[in-house]
This record gives sequence, structure tokens and C-alpha cells, in this order.
Amino acid sequence: MAKVKGAIVVDTEKCKGCEVCMPVCQDNVISMSKEVNRKGYHYAYMSDPKACNGCTNCGLVCPDRAITVYRMKV
Amino acid sequence: MDVLDIIKPENRVFCKSKLMTDTALSYCPGCGHGTAHNLAMEVIDEMGIVEDTIGVAPVGCSVLAYDFMNIDMTQAAHGRAPAVATAIARTWPEKYVFTYQGDGDLAAIGSAETLHTCNRGENIVIIFVNNGIYGMTGGQMAPTTLPGMRTSTSPYGREIETMGSPLKMTELIANLPGVYYVTRQAVHTHKHARKAKKAIKKAFENTRLKKGLSFVEIVSNCNSGWKMNPIESNEWMVENMFPYFPLGDIKVNGKLK
Repeated sequence: MAKVKGAIVVDTEKCKGCEVCMPVCQDNVISMSKEVNRKGYHYAYMSDPKACNGCTNCGLVCPDRAITVYRMKV
Repeated sequence: MDVLDIIKPENRVFCKSKLMTDTALSYCPGCGHGTAHNLAMEVIDEMGIVEDTIGVAPVGCSVLAYDFMNIDMTQAAHGRAPAVATAIARTWPEKYVFTYQGDGDLAAIGSAETLHTCNRGENIVIIFVNNGIYGMTGGQMAPTTLPGMRTSTSPYGREIETMGSPLKMTELIANLPGVYYVTRQAVHTHKHARKAKKAIKKAFENTRLKKGLSFVEIVSNCNSGWKMNPIESNEWMVENMFPYFPLGDIKVNGKLK
């Protein structure tokens, strides 16, 4: 079976750090950064890139659609 | 494999809909309004009905919906969105008309317009975001506020004896003969968001088939009004809102479930 690899790109200026994406990620890929964006929010980032399978769950629940999801077969 | 090998335009499987403008949403972090906006726009984009869709924005947190949705929109006086939508739908029967309203708008000041529009069975879609509080004005008690819930105008909790029970607008509307499709959904997890998207799609399909009014309620959180963080408010919503406002279809194809 082909393996699927995924990745997310977070628009750090759009992210409001609500953390809604964290519980829906089954592989615990997402964490909140220590740094803040211009609005003062701790933005989401991909802390475990190897685990991401590009399921789009995080993007779907992101109210600000700050997450873009990429997926490819390897 | 490097992450940069995956991040290429041809591998993109999910991004913001082009029907949402680049304006930053005015909602609090974690608010369900943003997800509901995006789901509605994604449905309109997928159905290819952008040119023929007209939205009506309400008064409330989502009063600026016309700034965020990159489609033809108008904005109605408080609670009067269904009346304005009626006029648009009757003037252009071939257009897809939807209203996007909160609970303070639809269930309180606009209850008369909502009930009568539903009773007439206008060929429109109503998206109703219910978070049990007046969010924009500072967290006052709404008709949908749960019993015992503390708000700025019910600081000791909502008392049923003096303030009445929470209004189940969706169940009320489902009993009207003009209404074709009534459902209650949520958007706090990916599963619920996918179901909500399907429900909104079905609602617009009903408009295409001229079946009558479709009503989609989305139970949402109001973390700043409820004085919680977004994750806590979602958990509180599952524990307290869902027993009173159970999710699922209430009326499908004109028949009560």
C-alpha cells in the first residue's frame, strides 16, 4: 500500500492561537509556538513533521483557515 | 523526505476558499462563526453557484459577514434578514438566497420574521448559528441561553420561573408545513464540520430544486461570552448545549423525523 505523507503550512499572521486544531490531530503533529505573531497570539506550527499524513482535519476546524494542507504519495 | 518536497502546489489538498476575502475575521479566537462562514463558502464554490448566490448578513457578531464573504451580499436591519431574503428570492426566483444569522438576531428580535418566512416556505436557506448568548454586545442573556447559565444580564444564572426556558427555535420551525429541511449541526471537530458541510450543501440543493425553506442550525461556542478558553468552551458545549440542543436532522424532505 502506498504510504501517504503530509505537511501543513500555517499562516502565522492569521493564526489566532485558539488551539482548536490540536485535539483533532490524531498524530499530535501540531503545537503552539513560543513566539508570538504581530497580534500577540502564539501561532500553531508543525512540531512533528514526520507524523503528518495530510488528513485535513486541522484545516477543516480552523475558523480562520490559517492552515493549508499538502499531501503526497511516497 | 524533506517537508519542502511535500509543500508544492500540486500536492495541495486543503486551503482557504477563494470565496473568503483576505480580511482578517473579526471573531474571537476559536469562534465557530469562522468555520461556519468557510463551510458555507466552500459549498457555494463547489456547487459553482457563485454568480447566482446572494447572502443576507444579520446584526450581531457576524454583522460584517459581507466583508468576509466574497460574494454578493446585503445587510439587513436587526432580525429582518429573512424578510429581506424573501424580497430578493421573490424578485429573482432563479437566485440562491441565504441568510446567515445568530441566535440574538434570529430567535429574539427576528423571531416574527423568521417564523413567518418559514411558514410561507420561501425558497431560501437560513443558516442559524446558536451560541446561547449575545456575543457582540457583551454576553447578555439570549432566548437560547441555557437554564442556570451565567451571563451579564443573568448574573445568578438563568431562572426558568422568571426568564422562561431556552427557545428551541429549530424544533419550533420544523413543525411548520412550508419548511422542507431542518437540521442541527456543530463545527467544533472535523467530523461535525464535515457533517455540517453536507447539511449546508443539501440545503442549497433544495433551493436549486425549489423545494422550499431549508434551515441549518449550527450549535457553536462563544468562548469570550462564556468566559472560557476555546478548548474548554467546546467541551462545555458538548456537555451542556448538546443535551438541550441535540444534533441531527429534524425534518428531511418535508417529513419530521
